[in-house]
Amino acid sequence: MKHLLSTADLSKDDALLLLDTSAQMAATQSREIKKLPTLRGRTVVNLFYEDSTRTRISFETAAKRLSADVINFSAKGSSVSKGESLKDTALTLHAMGADAVVVRHWASGAPAQLAHAGWLDAAVLNAGDGTHMHPTQALLDAFTIRRHLVGLRGGGADRDGVGSDLAGLKVAIVGDVLHSRVARANVRLLHTLGAQVTLVSPPTLLPVGVEAWPCRTSYDLDATLADWQPDAVMMLRVQRERMSGGSGAFFPSPLEYTRYFGLDGRRLALLPEHAIVLHPGPMNRGLEISAEAADSDRAVIVEQVANGVAVRMAALYLLLAHTEAAHTEGTSL
Amino acid sequence: MTTTYVLRGVRPLGGDPADVVLAGGVIADVAAPGAASVTDRDAAGAPVDVVEIDATDHVLLPGLVDLHTHLREPGREDAETVASGTRAAAAGGFTAVHAMANTSPVADTAGVVEQVWRLGQEAGWVDVHPIGAVTVGLGGERLAELGAMADSAARVRVFSDDGKCVHDPILMRRALEYVKAFDGVVAQHAQEPRLTEGAQMNEGVVSAEIGLAGWPAVAEEAIIARDVLLAEHVGSRLHVCHLSTAGSVEIVRWAKGRGIDVTAEVTPHHLILTDDLARTYDPTYKVNPPLRTAADVEAVRAGLADGTIDIVATDHAPHTREDKDCEWGAAAFGMTGLETALAVVQDTMVDTGRMTWSDVARVLSSAPARIGRIDTGAAPQGRPLEVGEPANVVLVDPSATRTVDARAQATASGNTPFAGRELPGRVVATFLRGRATVLDGAPVAAPAGSSAGAPTRGGHR
Amino acid sequence: MSTGTGMPGTPEGTTVLGASDVARALTRIAHEIVERAKGAQDVVLLGIPTRGVTLAVRLAERLAAIDPAFDPARDVGELDVTMYRDDLRRQPTRAVGVTRLPEAGIEGKTVVLVDDVLYSGRTIRAALDAIGDLGRPRAVRLAALVDRGHRELPIRPDFVGKNLPTATSESVRVRLAEVDGEDAVVISGRAADAPGAAERGEATR
Ligand SMILES: [Zn+2]
Repeated sequence: MKHLLSTADLSKDDALLLLDTSAQMAATQSREIKKLPTLRGRTVVNLFYEDSTRTRISFETAAKRLSADVINFSAKGSSVSKGESLKDTALTLHAMGADAVVVRHWASGAPAQLAHAGWLDAAVLNAGDGTHMHPTQALLDAFTIRRHLVGLRGGGADRDGVGSDLAGLKVAIVGDVLHSRVARANVRLLHTLGAQVTLVSPPTLLPVGVEAWPCRTSYDLDATLADWQPDAVMMLRVQRERMSGGSGAFFPSPLEYTRYFGLDGRRLALLPEHAIVLHPGPMNRGLEISAEAADSDRAVIVEQVANGVAVRMAALYLLLAHTEAAHTEGTSL
Repeated sequence: MTTTYVLRGVRPLGGDPADVVLAGGVIADVAAPGAASVTDRDAAGAPVDVVEIDATDHVLLPGLVDLHTHLREPGREDAETVASGTRAAAAGGFTAVHAMANTSPVADTAGVVEQVWRLGQEAGWVDVHPIGAVTVGLGGERLAELGAMADSAARVRVFSDDGKCVHDPILMRRALEYVKAFDGVVAQHAQEPRLTEGAQMNEGVVSAEIGLAGWPAVAEEAIIARDVLLAEHVGSRLHVCHLSTAGSVEIVRWAKGRGIDVTAEVTPHHLILTDDLARTYDPTYKVNPPLRTAADVEAVRAGLADGTIDIVATDHAPHTREDKDCEWGAAAFGMTGLETALAVVQDTMVDTGRMTWSDVARVLSSAPARIGRIDTGAAPQGRPLEVGEPANVVLVDPSATRTVDARAQATASGNTPFAGRELPGRVVATFLRGRATVLDGAPVAAPAGSSAGAPTRGGHR
Repeated sequence: MSTGTGMPGTPEGTTVLGASDVARALTRIAHEIVERAKGAQDVVLLGIPTRGVTLAVRLAERLAAIDPAFDPARDVGELDVTMYRDDLRRQPTRAVGVTRLPEAGIEGKTVVLVDDVLYSGRTIRAALDAIGDLGRPRAVRLAALVDRGHRELPIRPDFVGKNLPTATSESVRVRLAEVDGEDAVVISGRAADAPGAAERGEATR
């Protein structure tokens, strides 16, 4: 595998290699000296067509911890915002000798185009494209879930659950599935890793065609929590613009959304003792998640951020450490 | 000196072999093989060249008529001009095209439609019949001067806001009623705008998976349902552009069963391509209406075969590289089609046994000419292959195959969805009123001022 | 194929050390470590995956037998050097292994790196870099079961089980019961068998 574009492209072995490598990367991050020489001399470009300081910093930190040179190319204050085409930008990055391009784009499919249009030969890492995919987010979610529900809870020697999949675990993903690249990425990856997924959403925020996804769907958060007893609950961010737009709004009011789909203390109490709460951030406190839920000891939201760096280090390592020639005779990733 | 063409052993409409003589701008003779009478003098006694073409096993069709072409001129000459687009049309076997109104400026006045009409005459590749906009500037708010366009030298009979839907029901009603005065037709681009805000592709399993905003079938079907009922109510005729869903076929079938005066078209690409292609995120496959599912493709083929869908029209929509070499979400809608339409129809309908060549002549020539009301008058199109009819014909080698090469096409744009794909059949020659516009598969430059014979009359009602 | 050098042959090559040779070599190395460090109380072992870790565990048992101050449960760790290698670009992707420091840490200790085959020295160079990021031992020593020569860096072992002169076209493999089901050191690639074997993965040390 030369690129990381979609979790749908990952075999179970690929996914486990990414997660296991992430565990080793995470271990290096608790040391005093966090920096590794692994990608010395390699150039990683962060190409961001959408503002996302969090994701950019996470990738930048990951690349720097592996000693890669990092160039930030953001939509603000560069030619990208002046209408330079994706193609011309790609040709520029190619000329600059980029070894990897981390791309965040408002358009679904833009990373796939970068990877396959023949404009550049760098590895492409999708850092979120439109309403399509966000593979490193799904990987860090899976890593966090595995650490808590397989590693730590399993009580074994290995607190990260290295080598294990997520078979038998139940994950509820709650909120705006229609517009969520996080949901799409997670459904595919969690399914590949053997977990069961239920999407919980108002009907207006589930895509037509969701019936083909490898998961269940529900309109009832209370019933899902109480009856299905998920091991993990992932709350999706609700974009404010989804509730405006008059007749085009997806739900009547923030209050009604929170009433039916917000995670609060009462709903938290419906969960099994060991269940954890995830959120990709940034949170709308008081909308999809109450302060009580966000700050509870079930919430692993801050840890997700730290794990994000380890997962992105793993992805960069696995895509960049080898040459393509060596890769073709090597392992699948 | 004029040229007489003798097509030896050709199969008119795919039937028994015959010799067909094209002389003096008309079909001069249709005779048993070897029995054609050919003279080297024209009616006035002047000498003519006689060119014999061995057309054994080739099929002869009436010149194709496209009811839905975007020629982009005036305004986007970087994507296509009347000259380049009509040259592509001739290469595809067409002898007449209807030029859509969404140019810049919009063809919403007699002045603009006459300009396009005149450019077509000057190019001389095919007859260009401008389509007039229904509303001023395609704005969907005020009727354009439909009467003036009908009365102009361009004799506009087809009106469309194509690219935009005439979505205001009262405006649509008025347009349907108004065009009755000059036997016009409103060609509706059926797309409910609110249901398709930001839409990028067919809404369904594929859009859900790949995260492109969905374009529901109902956005097309709801407008068609409304419009057939409006047409019935006011007793006007309606043409449905590029119908693309199984539901649309059902509605048109129902409307025809009820006696409503509705006609419908399907594009070649909707006969063969599906929304699965969007998985590539290659904007070449971004088109309006979007590519639909395999079930829809089957439904439109069935509808075309049983006559529910009257015609195939290309919706030839050239775009520059810049407008396609970008993110899917930023790319323009549309694909070219003039040079591949006949091949796609052969592939999907003839070679599958669902239609005969005679049916092809109907859906690609006589029916579109009749809907556009260009089947009569000074320069009629879509006529039968009979002695005395204008020599608008196309010679097709159905047994040839070719791999589509975007760069080798006559259109000025490269956005064909069939690049690299092998398609059956080859247009060997196209004749416009007896003059070859294509010979041996290659466009033949028209001698200067050779457009004589095309309609030149002024207004008439 | 075996080339009949008088040693027992296997289909994969020639066995140059048998199980008892391996055991004797490890016992001797253990004694040398204790002797050099004047006791084992400040010694920790760091095995380099995969077989260096197994060897470190075996050495630990012997050290404890010689000097009870050495605790195998406390004083043995493993050091994955993948992320410090300078040949990553020339190789297929290597899975990153576990690094686990001894409970006692390495600060102020005498660290003995344990590897199976010493070859170019690049693995040891990477290990030294990795140790440098982990702490500051009092001294770092190197133990290898086999030294096959052909060093590309100024690195030399402190404790060697067997010096084994080889050609670069040959490959040397250490087989250990815990991993491979038997104890043996095997040379292959003599004459023309298995061309390119020396270019791959574990055989390059
Ligand atoms: Zn249209």
